[in-house]
Amino acid sequence: MRGFLRALGAVVWKDLAAELRSRELLSSMLVFALLVIFIFNFALELDAVARANVTSGVLWVTFVFAGTLGLNRSLAVEKDRGCLDGLLLAPVDRTAIYFGKAIANLVFMLVVAAIVLPVYSILYNVNLFAQGGLLWVIFLGAEGYTAVGTLLAAMAVQARTRDILLPILLFPVVIPVLVAAVKASSGYLQRLPMEEILPWLQLLLAYDVIFTSIAFMVFESVVEE
Amino acid sequence: MQDSTLIEVSRLLKRFGPKVVLRGLDFHVRQGEFVALLGPNGAGKTTFLRILASLSAPSAGRVSVAGCDLPRQATAVRQKLGVVSHLPLLYGDLTAEENLRFYGRMYGVDALEKRVGEVLTLVGLTSRRRDLVRTFSRGMQQRLAIGRAILHDPEVLLLDEPHTGLDQDACEMLDEVLMQVAARGRTVVMTSHDLARVEEMASRFDVLSRGRICSSVRRDALPPDGLLAFYRRALAEATPPVEEAL
Repeated sequence: MRGFLRALGAVVWKDLAAELRSRELLSSMLVFALLVIFIFNFALELDAVARANVTSGVLWVTFVFAGTLGLNRSLAVEKDRGCLDGLLLAPVDRTAIYFGKAIANLVFMLVVAAIVLPVYSILYNVNLFAQGGLLWVIFLGAEGYTAVGTLLAAMAVQARTRDILLPILLFPVVIPVLVAAVKASSGYLQRLPMEEILPWLQLLLAYDVIFTSIAFMVFESVVEE
Repeated sequence: MQDSTLIEVSRLLKRFGPKVVLRGLDFHVRQGEFVALLGPNGAGKTTFLRILASLSAPSAGRVSVAGCDLPRQATAVRQKLGVVSHLPLLYGDLTAEENLRFYGRMYGVDALEKRVGEVLTLVGLTSRRRDLVRTFSRGMQQRLAIGRAILHDPEVLLLDEPHTGLDQDACEMLDEVLMQVAARGRTVVMTSHDLARVEEMASRFDVLSRGRICSSVRRDALPPDGLLAFYRRALAEATPPVEEAL
């Protein structure tokens, strides 16, 4: 267990340290996310009620597309420089590599969310921080998305057409997490009673547990030649 | 396992779909040997090294490294192996010592800081330890790649065409580091197309052709006309006549 945690920590540290230096991944995710919310802001001339209705949808479209860029890049960097082999050669449980990459991807996605939320609040005149529950939904949704996304990115990175392959593989699989995240976010923003939000939160939580477990079980065979 | 036999491969078969790359390959390496694995492009050298490195699973046959069977005991085998390929397997946005520190953690190296210092000294990169790897020349990256591979003091070093893309000076520096590693009693298996270079370094030469080891010779038993002539004869004998191939 100690070796597992040591390897997991090393992968997370390596990804964060490399990204702090290069800022390749975060900058592309952030620029893309900000462009999406700017475009929606100008494309949809909405009144206050309509704005509240579309907020969760716009937010999750932004997170998901920006997240896909990050997932693709995160594994492509390993593959292009041959470093994926370097990781796979280490005498550690390969799921430690998976969890390390997934945690780093989750951190990148949460950093993007942390910057997008205040910008969105200003542009759309909606206070997204009034409901603490929304932040939990973003965390759970991002966790589910990166759990399955990291696994599929590891699969797609082996292919020549990885850039288009990842969204094609990923989006159908993450439909449950997206629907649940959008519904739960919308529930918090519209201040619906907890009984109406709870089923979506439970679905989100169940998805996170199921897909994290599946990724844990199949990652080794996905990266094996 | 035979006495002091470190790598034992018998009847190894590797298929990629309908394509058979390795056809019943047998290969044995004793502890401390420096084996040069020679062969034309497409002979299966890289595939074979990837199987030894546990990066690829054999389709059939037995592979054992230091008494551990592959792929069943892959984690134990990985602890005993250091691998260098023509790609350095290093992160350009980390410094030389950060790269070694990262891999040291992955391999559970004890007294890591001390070991990183020793390895950087061995590969002659102490003065560049805090520089980002992306600012390194190809030769320096390859020397650091050897440092990465020997960081955990592996019993076996696998090298897949490590001289690819290096200039003459960089090749000589790389050879110097490799000879230091071999002099410490480590077992080395290296693929190469540079026969003149490996003739100076290896203790045994195996020729791989059409998925099999077709010829093998120890350095002290090399014919008087040298390695190149031996290699050409081995390939000619392994290649069937045109009418038979058709």
